Amino acid sequence: MFIYILSRIGQAVPVILTVTFIAFAMFAYVGDPVTIMLGQDYTEEQRQALIEALGLDQPFFVQYARFVANAVRGEFGLSYRLGRPVLSLIAERLPATLELSLVAAALALLVGVPMGVFTGLYRESWLSRAFLVFSLVGVSLPTFLIGILLILVFAVILGWLPSFGRGEVVVFGWWSTGLLTASGLKALILPSITLGLFQMTLIMRLVRAEMLEVLRTDYIKFARARGLSNRAVHFGHALKNTLVPVITITGLQLGAIVAFAIVTETVFQWPGMGLLFIQSVGYADIPVMSAYLMLIALMFVSINLIVDLLYYAVDPRLRVDRGRLGRTGV
Amino acid sequence: MPLLEVQELRVEFPTRRGVLTALDGVSFAIEAGEVLGVVGESGAGKSLTGAAVIGLLEPPGRVAGGQILLDGRRIDGLPYEQMRRIRGREIGAIFQDPLTTLNPLYTVGQQLAETMLTHLPVNPAEARRRAIRWLEDVGIPGAAQRIDAYPHEFSGGMRQRVVIALALCAEPRLVIADEPTTALDVSIQAQIITLLKGLCREHGTAIMLITHDMGVIAETADRVAVMYAGRIAEIGPVRDVIKHARHPYTVGLMGSIPSLSARVERLAQIDGAMPRLAAIPPGCAFHPRCGHAFARCKSERPELMDAGGSSRAACWLHAADSASAMVAGAPREARPGDARPGDARPGAARQGVADDAR
Repeated sequence: MFIYILSRIGQAVPVILTVTFIAFAMFAYVGDPVTIMLGQDYTEEQRQALIEALGLDQPFFVQYARFVANAVRGEFGLSYRLGRPVLSLIAERLPATLELSLVAAALALLVGVPMGVFTGLYRESWLSRAFLVFSLVGVSLPTFLIGILLILVFAVILGWLPSFGRGEVVVFGWWSTGLLTASGLKALILPSITLGLFQMTLIMRLVRAEMLEVLRTDYIKFARARGLSNRAVHFGHALKNTLVPVITITGLQLGAIVAFAIVTETVFQWPGMGLLFIQSVGYADIPVMSAYLMLIALMFVSINLIVDLLYYAVDPRLRVDRGRLGRTGV
Repeated sequence: MPLLEVQELRVEFPTRRGVLTALDGVSFAIEAGEVLGVVGESGAGKSLTGAAVIGLLEPPGRVAGGQILLDGRRIDGLPYEQMRRIRGREIGAIFQDPLTTLNPLYTVGQQLAETMLTHLPVNPAEARRRAIRWLEDVGIPGAAQRIDAYPHEFSGGMRQRVVIALALCAEPRLVIADEPTTALDVSIQAQIITLLKGLCREHGTAIMLITHDMGVIAETADRVAVMYAGRIAEIGPVRDVIKHARHPYTVGLMGSIPSLSARVERLAQIDGAMPRLAAIPPGCAFHPRCGHAFARCKSERPELMDAGGSSRAACWLHAADSASAMVAGAPREARPGDARPGDARPGAARQGVADDAR
């Protein structure tokens, strides 16, 4: 188990290094930071001094090593646009994005899985058919369009929910949350539906397909032949066997939710990292962009690791150590 | 009153091209503690009969006629929840492939305990104690440790032992064993059958043993039902059916089994194939392949009738009226060496390698 985790982490390191390299290359090749920082009037001495101070006269790999070392310590430099440390900028925005993403993911799971189970069990019912049609809408409509439509209906026409922002937040240390105030919760509804809808329909379709597959298996027939209750057969035996692919997809999608919250955050002017990123792109604010890139990569890698560990928890066949592998054949 | 009584059971599959009748007029009974073998070729309706009894016909299959009685109480067409309480508790089931019958995600102990907790008034601790005892009873070495092992940690034969424990742990009075040894190595088939029979005798459990292995039937069953094209061709005490088969199909079936004692150059083969469900011939379903068929066989369907000894066969050769006069009682003297009652010698066309009745 421990070795398994270590090997997974070992595999993650090259991925992260590659991403840091790309992030670093952005500094080197997208614009000239010295020119940007010095502004209009400067002397050649000032320029040289700054180059030395920033270490830009050092060989490429020394610079890269320093960049990585700084990144490990959480030093991503100053934002060109706001003149503040990138880390604190991101820390400010992170809670908003994580909260939105987690609520969206929870929504996708809590609605998508039961819908998938239902449509898998009662294939012929009209409700299943309705769910499938609905899921087609969720899969095919682009996120920004769904967001705009929701705003139109619930914010503009009905006036029930706010169309932008996070509402009131409560601050604990560096973490701010909108989950504890009524306006914060209300503000969360539309963006999280927008963000989670695609994932919800994806999970529903996946669970449905897997359920149909599993319900045909002998062990489900045998579970019925043992007279287990429907609940035990459907949820204990069938659903649990669908979980491995569902966990994979959900895990990857959680990463995607965080990364692609950009669109939703833009539509709803949600003060999260995505919005920060979009604004930074407009200003060519490279430190913020590269830090965001690395953060997202780190998140994907960690989620993948968690997914792998969850497999381990769900499927005992993966827990077989190599010595006994021979017996699992067929 | 027999433990299980099946009367004129008819199972249909509605399809786009019309209704297929998969079982037609199947009647038999199983006494408490008895072992009834059910044999026949693939597609004869053996497994379907088992599935109908335990109420697990795959839709769109449905019981379209007749009735199934357990202790005289009708159990076909019971609401799902009531039938569920019967499954496992009154009627257990053992399936063919032990590798796919157990849920891979639960330990064998969890699966045993779950079954007992569903049906018996036990608490989890007691269920676990009993689960260990069941694993011991089915011959799993080190049961107390192995109870927490997952199915993939057992070999095929051991898994079938676990399946037997699962089928019997709620102490049903009838267990339907559908080809319980077909998927196993030949070397352990006998062990599994002996184990199953021993445990069932100990607990007074009746067995409906579905197989195409006449050897297993001969060793295990008290009575045997031979099925053909969704009907019972012959039913009787196992010795009678094997030694003095009354139905031409059974005779052919027995003739196609290799024997160590009898020296035969080639095994007998029944010419032709079992009809498809959509094209079951009128009259006796076997008549196109039968060397004894006469006019009545083509038009009138034979019901099971007394055929000498304690056997009953669905064959007009045994009819008490005019038809039997035609063959002058010849079938009653049928011996296993004869390929066909009344035939001097099996026709050349009927000889060949045994194909289905392995």
